[in-house]
Amino acid sequence: MTVLNEIPDKWFPIVLPLHRKKKKGLDGKSKKARTEEERKVRANDREYNEKFQYASNCIMTSKYNIITFLPVNLFEQFQEVANTYFLFLLILQLIPQISSLSWFTTIVPLALVLSITAVKDATDDYFRHKSDNQVNNRQSQVLIRGSLQNEKWMHVRVGDIIKLENNQFVAADLLLLSSSEPHGLCYIETAELDGETNMKVRQSVSVTAELGDPNNLASFNGEVVCEPPNNKLDRFCGTLYWRDKKYTLTNQNMLLRGCVLRNTEACYGLVIFAGPDTKLMQNSGCTKFKRTSIDRLMNTLVLWIFGFLVCMGVILAVGNAIWEREVGSLFQSYLPWDPPVDNFMFSAFLSFWSYVIILNTVVPISLYVSVEVIRLGHSYFINWDQQMFCSQCNTAAEARTTTLNEELGQVEYIFSDKTGTLTQNIMTFNKCSINGQTYGEVTEPLATQRKAGTFSFFFLHISSLQCNSINVIMVPSSPVYPQKLDFTGLNPLADPDFCFYDDKLLESVKVGDSHTQEFFRLLSLCHTVMSEEKSEGELVYKAQSPDEGALVTAARNFGFVFRSRTPGTITTTEMGRTVTYSLLAILDFNNIRKRMSVIVRNPEGRIRLYCKGADTVLLERLHPCNHELMSITSDHLNVTDGLRTLALAYRDLTGDEWEAWSESHRFADKATNYREDRLAAAYDEIEQDMMLLGATAIEDKLQEGVPETIAVLSLANIKIWVLTGDKQETAVNIGYSCKMLTDDTAEVFIISGHTVQSVRQELRKARERMVELSRARDGGKEDGTEAWVGVGDGTAVAAGGGKQLQGSPFPPPHANLMDNISGEFGLVISGHSLAHALEADMEGEFVSTACACKAVICCRVTPLQKAQVVELIKKHKKAVTLAIGDGANDVSMIKSAHIGVGISGQEGIQAVLASDYSFAQFRFLQRLLLVHGRWSYLRMCRFLCYFFYKNFAFTMVHFWFGFFCGFSAQTVYDQYFITLYNIVYTSLPVLAMGIFDQDVPDQRNLEYPKLYEPGQLNLLFNKREFFICIAQGIYTSVVLFFVPYAMLSDATQSNGVPLADYQSFAVTTATALVIVVSVQIGLDTGFWTVINHVFVWGSLGSYFTIMLALHSQSLFRIFPNQFHFVGSAQNTLLQPVVWLTIALATAICIVPVLAFRFLKLDLKPQLSDTVRYTQLVRQKRRKLAGRSAGGAWRGVGSVSEGRLGARGGSRRSGYAFAHQEGFGELITSGKNMRLSSLALANFASRHSSGWIDTLRRKKNTHTPPCTSGECSPAPSIISGSVPPLSNSSSLLGGSQDTPIEEETVTAAAQTSALTTAPEAAAPQASAQASTAAPVRHHGTDSPGGWTLSLGTVQEALFGWKGISQRTSASNSPGPPSVAKETIQMK
Amino acid sequence: MGKEKLKPGPLARRPDNSAFKQQRLPAWSPMLTANTVLPFFYIMSSVCLLLGVWLLLTVQSTHELKLDYTEMGDCARCFEMRKNVSSAAQDCTCTVGFSIEKAFKGDVFFYYGLRNFHQNLRRYMDSRDDGQMVGRKRRLKNPTSYCKPFDRDVNGVPIVPCGAIANSIFNDSFTLTYLSPSGPVDVSLIRKGLTWYTDKNIKYRNPKTDNLSLAEEFEGTTRPPYWQKLVYQLDPADPTNNGFVNDDLIVWMREAAFPNFKKLYGFLQRAEKPFTNGLPKGNYTIQISYNFPVQPFQGRKEVVLTTLTWFGGQNHFLPIAYLVTSSLILVTSVVLTVVWWKFGKGGKNMEE
Repeated sequence: MTVLNEIPDKWFPIVLPLHRKKKKGLDGKSKKARTEEERKVRANDREYNEKFQYASNCIMTSKYNIITFLPVNLFEQFQEVANTYFLFLLILQLIPQISSLSWFTTIVPLALVLSITAVKDATDDYFRHKSDNQVNNRQSQVLIRGSLQNEKWMHVRVGDIIKLENNQFVAADLLLLSSSEPHGLCYIETAELDGETNMKVRQSVSVTAELGDPNNLASFNGEVVCEPPNNKLDRFCGTLYWRDKKYTLTNQNMLLRGCVLRNTEACYGLVIFAGPDTKLMQNSGCTKFKRTSIDRLMNTLVLWIFGFLVCMGVILAVGNAIWEREVGSLFQSYLPWDPPVDNFMFSAFLSFWSYVIILNTVVPISLYVSVEVIRLGHSYFINWDQQMFCSQCNTAAEARTTTLNEELGQVEYIFSDKTGTLTQNIMTFNKCSINGQTYGEVTEPLATQRKAGTFSFFFLHISSLQCNSINVIMVPSSPVYPQKLDFTGLNPLADPDFCFYDDKLLESVKVGDSHTQEFFRLLSLCHTVMSEEKSEGELVYKAQSPDEGALVTAARNFGFVFRSRTPGTITTTEMGRTVTYSLLAILDFNNIRKRMSVIVRNPEGRIRLYCKGADTVLLERLHPCNHELMSITSDHLNVTDGLRTLALAYRDLTGDEWEAWSESHRFADKATNYREDRLAAAYDEIEQDMMLLGATAIEDKLQEGVPETIAVLSLANIKIWVLTGDKQETAVNIGYSCKMLTDDTAEVFIISGHTVQSVRQELRKARERMVELSRARDGGKEDGTEAWVGVGDGTAVAAGGGKQLQGSPFPPPHANLMDNISGEFGLVISGHSLAHALEADMEGEFVSTACACKAVICCRVTPLQKAQVVELIKKHKKAVTLAIGDGANDVSMIKSAHIGVGISGQEGIQAVLASDYSFAQFRFLQRLLLVHGRWSYLRMCRFLCYFFYKNFAFTMVHFWFGFFCGFSAQTVYDQYFITLYNIVYTSLPVLAMGIFDQDVPDQRNLEYPKLYEPGQLNLLFNKREFFICIAQGIYTSVVLFFVPYAMLSDATQSNGVPLADYQSFAVTTATALVIVVSVQIGLDTGFWTVINHVFVWGSLGSYFTIMLALHSQSLFRIFPNQFHFVGSAQNTLLQPVVWLTIALATAICIVPVLAFRFLKLDLKPQLSDTVRYTQLVRQKRRKLAGRSAGGAWRGVGSVSEGRLGARGGSRRSGYAFAHQEGFGELITSGKNMRLSSLALANFASRHSSGWIDTLRRKKNTHTPPCTSGECSPAPSIISGSVPPLSNSSSLLGGSQDTPIEEETVTAAAQTSALTTAPEAAAPQASAQASTAAPVRHHGTDSPGGWTLSLGTVQEALFGWKGISQRTSASNSPGPPSVAKETIQMK
Repeated sequence: MGKEKLKPGPLARRPDNSAFKQQRLPAWSPMLTANTVLPFFYIMSSVCLLLGVWLLLTVQSTHELKLDYTEMGDCARCFEMRKNVSSAAQDCTCTVGFSIEKAFKGDVFFYYGLRNFHQNLRRYMDSRDDGQMVGRKRRLKNPTSYCKPFDRDVNGVPIVPCGAIANSIFNDSFTLTYLSPSGPVDVSLIRKGLTWYTDKNIKYRNPKTDNLSLAEEFEGTTRPPYWQKLVYQLDPADPTNNGFVNDDLIVWMREAAFPNFKKLYGFLQRAEKPFTNGLPKGNYTIQISYNFPVQPFQGRKEVVLTTLTWFGGQNHFLPIAYLVTSSLILVTSVVLTVVWWKFGKGGKNMEE
């Protein structure tokens, strides 16, 4: 996956969807470009090129300028339905017969909303302007009239020839003309374009390559005719006409904007596409607008409310009709109808609209603004979170969209990329086995065991509902890691970054063990790495695959330093002595051979073949005398959990042998037919009878904290799917090393069929097997057995029946049943099978099978398939999906998932640009989801509940008043109160709650991942909750109207003046309302920070202040008609009866709520309530004890060294080449070496054909790896148990006699086996599906058996204690509490 | 985001470690535990109970008398007469009698009440011009359009005070007579100080008089159609009670919130015997100048006599509401206590 044009065409339409519609109108040139049919560019001829009016290189991503801002922005804003609605209301209010409220009650909030949005848009656009300017003003060297001149990027035109220097960004899409390197080669990095960091080679057309320097180029007047601008990054076709000759141009000749020139001193290119026409810009569309489910729900609810509003309006209008007919007509002498009104029907019609205006506050305009503000706040909290800041790469988390936060609290499926996301794409030399002796693995357990005596250890085993069980070994204090070896003494050339911990190996090298030396000699010779020695001793390796780099670096540190190579020699420094080997042949790697060899002659003249390769292929090719060593090494290979292994061997060749083979090789090489096969045969011939040296194990280094994060997330009932372009073996290995798959995974189903039929068959078998296993498992349980058997039988039948009905949709009962399968299953599906599984008639089957599995790994998938898988789940599961990835190949899934997360700071920025959230480490995902996501969801839900409540309470009072005021649309409140209620009096407290509320502290969120579940189940805000809020609001409105009505209608002031006047009533009701909703927000707020206090009290204060001000005489004096409430506040609020009324109304409103909440808390507490309660109790105890125990725990929580030792007992070795073939040839041809170094070698091109052509040929003739069953090393079996994977026996052994050095995950069925261990949970415990069943091992029972501090997980498990206690209490009441106490003492 | 501080070193972009940004602000997170909720309920209940009892006792000591005189006695004649629009201008006086069983001690307030008169209709309430009533000269001649159709008379002369409210002013007048054993004694009512201070002194002002009389000030205006007198003739005797600052006008202009309402007409002058302690028991008559027609809108008219307590007039709803609330809270709290005791004591459900 290195060369750009390898990417299949179909990737890109999805990877980088073309969203050009935003550009239209703003950029007239792109409109023109659409009609462009072909592009003609003549070099160095501006006049000619100007005829076509190609886009200039100036880019403009900004939307507005100073003049257009206001109209364009307003136009955009009024495209929002809500804004238009309020505009409509405003217009209604201007009709005097209808206007029941002054126009400013609408225009003030509307103006506020519009201006807030406008300010935000303006700020965004300002930054876009700034970045545009920055890019447009970059300097580049342009060849004008024969001389190089500095020009700003924006002034570069199509047809210009520009000079690029090393490490410069390419300014536009260029046709490479010539470069400083031989053969017109140049190297580019396309990270910004497609996310791939490895270098790619571009070559110029040979005729232009010869031009070389500016003088010649100035006279170059070739004309390029090519396709119009498009967004296909991997394709270019055009023709160069020069000197009456035609040259075909391909993507291989193009340098695209956004690339960076590397390893090339300088190059010259002809600008073909500029500015908006460049492929980069054509690809940078606006991202798809995503909405959260809450958004959608909210929109539905708002529609309902509109319906409700209309109903209310109709009821009141009918009431008005009746009233006007019965009473109003009689009252005409006092109040004649307004002129246009001549009958009660018309009056009713007007009254309807009047009431629509009055009651519109049930859908307050501030709802949308407040939601935005809250989300913005949450986004800032994400940006500010220090615990999501990666100090290595100096990157803080970033919420790139501010509209999705609460959806983070509802994620059910995570789709993760592997490379760069789960893994660091850093290979480290982790272990090796040399001549039957293994090095590098024992260090950790030993080191920790030494300390074991001083700590207490707790082995916890929990199994939770969703069959995610995990055994965590707890470390109460940060472990002491063994010392890193210091190589500098041995070897001044050592790479200081290299880490290795086993000093035995170093000893072995030092004493000069011949096997060890030969081992490292092999590593230093047998590779295709290029070296660069900047200064003496400062070596930089350019490895084509990171595995190779790791191996060569290891050899370097152990004294066998690869220094340099020429096409025919390799120079190394062996234990300080410089040796030059002559390189006779490189037997290159390919996916079928799975090995590579070199044949070298050492200075003494001995010819030796060194070979490294996958153990499966290599072990077969050994000399029979290796048998014993082979079995030992093979055993060693068996215990490399998740590591990528390679076996190493050598063979001595006599001169004759070499000559003979060399001849046959040459012959094969020159063959025109079946060259590949013949070469392979030739290679095969000589790679025989080798002597085994040993094996290496390379750790594909996981990102920090990946297994812990995955463990926590799966405890939170989030399903994680890994979608990777990697090979199946690598993917499965990573699955194991990051604990998605474990030794306790009952079975891993591998789907790798090539036809629809076989895939269907495999999926069916997998399902049947799952049902079978889960039935067997559940059958073992005492309770619920029968039910399960019954259901299970049904399934078997259904599954059997399904076979006949091919292509029919999956039978629904079966699908339901699949949801109940509670086993530990894994599913591995490869890309070509996935293609079939994603077909319309298979989707259902695939989804039901895959969703029954705990872990799903899709390997060798294309970006398009990644997106399809995400879409599939979105479609079938209606669950919230999150996609996380770091590379350009993840963009498609990032864009199609509900939430896209980009890993920043590693590869390119393409994924980050497409993402909604970005951060630097996968492990931050748990904080993003469990803390920020959960809080956001909680806050948003509470906010919405309260918001609807307060507006119904506020508005419905008008409805009740309608019955007393002849349905005349008289408001209850002062118009200023109506204006300010939502934007001043009640906005801030609820905003504060929406932004700051926490039910449990962040640490607890991580400890109790189950807290995440309400979000997934959508429990906190749904239609039911909405109706409860509405009902509560209406109840409050009833109380708020009728209590003052009953109280005041007869009351008088203490001086005899009646209190039942309208203004006193309005003031009383408004005050009661403000107080009631303030008390309610007080009840709803779970986390009273200073800000909440300030806002709540401040709002109350501001209510009284503003009211007194508005009712003051000074305002009245100025506008007597606008402020006719003069004196009402003073007169009313001084009356005791008013306060008695308010107090009573408040009590009647609040008491039922309080009682209800108390009952709910008491009888059916949520997990969060429980956690809070425990916290409260704990705090009290702590206070009593007079000391805090929290600090000690937290310290542990943050420890995660990311260095997970090798664990596990099963054999999962895979060959470790992440290689691309063809580099051997490139090396031996010398094409990729500088002339300077080539000069040393007597270079003779043995391969006359260009290596690139060879490469291309190979690609066409080769079948892709693993497309056929034969080439996949692991047998692609389905259902039949994959033998190495099920080894429950080793688990038992592990827990009893050997130190447990793995994080064992135990299926619930196997817990019964553990009952031998003290304090084990009884089987019933696992039957308690809703709670965790902890199995505790006292540390002293199995001392030293721990390796890892799962910081957060372990705290989580502590937290679980409380919950699990119930289930385990009957069996082991003592120890858990003992454990708890012990922990608290710590 | 926000302002990027230029910190050196590799942590340059590290977010600030402030309690606010890290969401670690110290906070109080209350919880509805039994320890807080149950006592609160009991306290609430008892507070309501005490208040209720106290209010009830207070209310018991007040007196109130309501007299619907719409068709009472010889007022029926006037009632019939007012039916007919043609006789609207004719005077009609009637007398109704009543007796007080128990002396009204203390201040006695005299109200007139209207039933089914909607002062709270939107258009009715809008139909006034506060600018005019505060004495703005411009408004005097150009009443706001809200006053329509009571802004100008047929000749286009501005109506003062304009609008439906002022036009429909309650214009019955009452004379209360005590039929004491020693013969009828006129009960004198104080007809001033019936309004809010702010209304009388701020909200309603007569146009500034530059040594002009009120009549001159109001020159060029006319009376509302239903009025018999011009606005500056409301109380010619007392310039502080004339024009816009007339107490009766102000009282009427303060719209009632509900269709049944009472408005203060006056209060007992307790300067002379036998009224120094209030109204003695005995028989009374009210002579009514019966002007206000209620028949068209099927309304009723009444007079109300009442004494006051610290929280105003007689109001039985208040104590009863408190007592009922108190008992409901009590019931709730008992239920809660029982539930808590049985199911949730000591955080039983929390332990899971």
